[in-house]
Amino acid sequence: MGILSSSIARKVAMALSGLFLVFFLGQHFVINLTSVIASDTFNSWSHFMGTNGLVQGILQPVLIFGVIFHFVMGLVLEIRNRNARAINYKSYNGSANSSWASRNMIISGLVILAFLGLHFYDFWVPEIMYKYIESNPEDATRYFPEVVHKFESPVRTGLYVIAFVLLMLHLWHGFASSFQSVGFNNKYSKALTGFAKVYAIVIPLGFIFIAVYHHFNQLHH
Amino acid sequence: MNLTLKIWRQKDGRSKGQMVSYKVSEISEHMSFLEMMDVLNEQLVNSGDEPVAFDHDCREGICGMCSMQINGEPHGPDRGVTTCQLHMRMFKDGDTITIEPFRAKAFPVIKDLVVDRTAFERIQHAGGFISVNTSGNTQDANAIPIDKHVADHAMDAATCIGCGACVAACKNASAMLFVGAKVSQYALLPQGQVEATERVLSMVAQMDKEGFGNCTNTGACEIECPKGISLENIARMNREYLKASLKG
Repeated sequence: MGILSSSIARKVAMALSGLFLVFFLGQHFVINLTSVIASDTFNSWSHFMGTNGLVQGILQPVLIFGVIFHFVMGLVLEIRNRNARAINYKSYNGSANSSWASRNMIISGLVILAFLGLHFYDFWVPEIMYKYIESNPEDATRYFPEVVHKFESPVRTGLYVIAFVLLMLHLWHGFASSFQSVGFNNKYSKALTGFAKVYAIVIPLGFIFIAVYHHFNQLHH
Repeated sequence: MNLTLKIWRQKDGRSKGQMVSYKVSEISEHMSFLEMMDVLNEQLVNSGDEPVAFDHDCREGICGMCSMQINGEPHGPDRGVTTCQLHMRMFKDGDTITIEPFRAKAFPVIKDLVVDRTAFERIQHAGGFISVNTSGNTQDANAIPIDKHVADHAMDAATCIGCGACVAACKNASAMLFVGAKVSQYALLPQGQVEATERVLSMVAQMDKEGFGNCTNTGACEIECPKGISLENIARMNREYLKASLKG
């Protein structure tokens, strides 16, 4: 893999792609939050994201590449790491020295990947169909009802909640760990790690709140 | 105290090993873990059985020879100690203790609990040194002033005894704490600057070649390290590596 053949280059690549996805997640959260606060704002921001040439033509492909890269590199590292211990211990007390989240990034990662499949099926595929395949005229007010409609299903809402809990665990280790991987470990590390841990809890909890809010809000009416 | 020991027995590198149970009795809580192993071996020799092979040398926590994965942790459940410094008072009467060799593809088993850790030596040979002319014109060390904090960090890194507990503890069998410490002890000091670029590139390349896994920052190595080597050294190695890669 050329430049990515060394172990350190791979972990730096993993960290940088992860940080990029963390940044995207924050941006996604802010837009989603508007669906709870002001549906008009949600519609207009979604309309912008869905029709802006820069977002659609450049940022979206970059994001998809980032997700695929992070996943493929994670899998390559997992395979190499498993091979590095050909015979497993009969007794391995991992919890004595490390957190569950840090040891099981592959599990949380695969759940998030499965969730992304559902999420693409729910939103991205219909969006691409609507705009580019069926070539429907743009309706800037369609986004909010689409989101609310999706969260009618308790099963889908439940699956989203489970995925966000796993995302929380993934970020709990991954976000703070990425700074270490790129070589950042100094007097500011503690504060940065603190921020990363808060982010890892607050953002997924926020996403859970939005999903649950839309589910119960329509039951209410 | 009376104990049941479940120990990995393997005749040689080519044989298939297995866990074998042994009973030991009247073990004093003041004994070190290796002294307890000595009692077991005396028992085995007296009964005409093959004693358990295990590595040991100084028995005072300096040489890094003793290893053993004890109840799922390298050097056992205590912190900041090697197996020879682990006291039997960490266990209770009637306990069953599982004892396995350090497991890693890069640390093949030689016999029973003895593993081949020369992979670490090959990594050291790749760049874990400075080239100094000792023909009589060597500069006095005190002639080069070094900030106390920097010297302390270098000394902390240099306390690594190369025992391999980091590899044994890591779920990925990664050697990055060891290599990080070896890179750091020179990277921090002016004497290490001349060969800095080549050192980190060569040592990391050798580490990868040996088949160690990747660091995923679980922090298990730092917790299990008998010398308390900090994860900070891995970050420093990553920085040094990135810097060296950019320089070419």
